[in-house]
Amino acid sequence: MTPAQKYIAFQTIVVREIRRFMRIWVQTLVPPVITMSLYFVIFGKLIGSRIGDMGGYSYMEFVVPGLIMMSVITNSYSNVVSSFYGAKFANNIEELLVSPTPNWIILAGFVIGGVARGLAVGLLVTLVSLFFTRLQIYSIPVTVLVVFLTAVLFSIGGLINAIYANSFDDISIVPTFVLTPLTYLGGVFYSIELLPEFWAKVSQANPVLYVVNTFRYGVLGHSDIHVGYAIGMILVAVLVGGAFALHQLTYSPRLRN
Amino acid sequence: MNIPALEIRNLEKTYPGGLQALKGIDLTVKEGEFVALLGPNGAGKSTTISILCSLVQKTAGKVSVCGYDIDTDFPTAKQQLGIVPQEFNFNSFEKVQDILVTQAGYYGVPAHIARDRADHYMKKLGLWEKRTTVARMLSGGMKRRLMIARALVHEPRILVLDEPTAGVDIELRRSMWQFLKEKNAEGTTIILTTHYLEEAEALCKRVAIIDKGELVADMQTRDLLKRLQVETFVLDVQGDLPKDFALPDYEAKVIDEHTLEVTLDKQKQHTANDLFVALSAQGIVVQSLRNKANRLEELFVRLLEQGRAA
Ligand SMILES: Nc1ncnc2c1ncn2[C@@H]1O[C@H](COP(=O)(O)OP(=O)(O)OP(=O)(O)O)[C@@H](O)[C@H]1O
Ligand SMILES: [Mg+2]
Repeated sequence: MTPAQKYIAFQTIVVREIRRFMRIWVQTLVPPVITMSLYFVIFGKLIGSRIGDMGGYSYMEFVVPGLIMMSVITNSYSNVVSSFYGAKFANNIEELLVSPTPNWIILAGFVIGGVARGLAVGLLVTLVSLFFTRLQIYSIPVTVLVVFLTAVLFSIGGLINAIYANSFDDISIVPTFVLTPLTYLGGVFYSIELLPEFWAKVSQANPVLYVVNTFRYGVLGHSDIHVGYAIGMILVAVLVGGAFALHQLTYSPRLRN
Repeated sequence: MNIPALEIRNLEKTYPGGLQALKGIDLTVKEGEFVALLGPNGAGKSTTISILCSLVQKTAGKVSVCGYDIDTDFPTAKQQLGIVPQEFNFNSFEKVQDILVTQAGYYGVPAHIARDRADHYMKKLGLWEKRTTVARMLSGGMKRRLMIARALVHEPRILVLDEPTAGVDIELRRSMWQFLKEKNAEGTTIILTTHYLEEAEALCKRVAIIDKGELVADMQTRDLLKRLQVETFVLDVQGDLPKDFALPDYEAKVIDEHTLEVTLDKQKQHTANDLFVALSAQGIVVQSLRNKANRLEELFVRLLEQGRAA
């Protein structure tokens, strides 16, 4: 394939992915907006007003970046996992596998599709948050970079999950038993300064902690951990995850006998 | 020197679990040929095709498509191939035209060209009225045609069809044959698998037969049909068969009082006419007759017998 043909193949996958989540927008775009609005009302406003400050900010200010990030994480992950697994289940992933499209383009196409959904939901949730708080952005480059990398990272995670999954149950196991706990314990709702030293250390192994804090830094200028270090960790995770996903796409007996 | 459209050398496949589906297949298809790949269920036809398009990884052997070795340049090899799989595998929630344009995109065809080609093949294959219908609402025959159109939108040099006419009625089957003949006349090399000898007869000058992972025959269709010298018919007789009747020149078997099985052997100069004369002479009236087995099954039996004798 020439570079121009590869670009067309990439574009085709991305457009198809976007068309897919737009077609079923009631399942893909509406629920996160409703959930997050409830979080804003309940945690941010009702309970938050009794909590007082967190990390030097009002609780609403503190929790909004975390919740935006949480929706980016879950939505990019679930977009890729359901789209890819669905294609595998109905065998129409074969349309791509028999084509000359290289595996890294397939990976890139699905990941950017997931990023598009993550960003679309992130944007919608951000718009809703404007009803509750004034959002001023401390550092646009950090904010944009971290949202993008996070969406990429969790889209890759979704793809790996989809390749391994043998049933629709398997694509909800990881989100339920891994992703949700990691997000709730990843500093979305509290600053890890509140934790005893031991648990604060344990939390450092949680990737969600890095993305949430880096994003919060981009928005508020406050982070529990060093921002450069966090971005480095996210990049490493993207590279390792991406390499593993590519390896699976190429060699997995779950895709090719 | 002409590069063959497809060259398969000593192709082997052992599935995880140990089943050896291909035991060393050799097959060469010249550019422009129309070849049938015949074989009973489980012979290894689909396995062979899946190896060509990377859905199954070969265990041993060499495959090249228009001179491109799949071990060294699989993407270019795939670009030459259009595959119509045995099972439906499109996204049934997408519209017919979207499926076609998207597939072309995977081969790097720009959208405006892809749309023209999709229109062309939808018209050619009778899908034009259904272009904005989601695929799951098509009839079985339409789904087959959708898969043929999908295999052609990137204009492959070789079209490979895995049982394209399974579950398709006679009339539609004939129109699909016509379409494939035209495509072949325009220069596309075509390989198809089928369970119908009639289909191979109508379309293909050459037939290759696979059985249990081995190539058992590869010859001109004409020559193959000559081997089909023995045919067994089931005759339904009016009234009861007389007790003392005899057909000394034929291999015959009484099934019940009004059914008879007779084998005609071309080598012994048997004709249906002579048989009827012999029966009439004994006052037997044949009401109707039919082939005992499907001709292809009969052919397999003969070929395997000959193979064992040799
Ligand atoms: N994914 C698989 N894993 C294990 N064995 C398989 C797999 N696919 C096919 N086989 C086995 O390989 C053999 C050849 O199957 P194949 O599908 O190639 O036959 P076929 O000639 O296409 O038959 P049919 O006419 O029924 O389509 C069969 O014994 C089948 O059970
Ligand atoms: Mg088959």
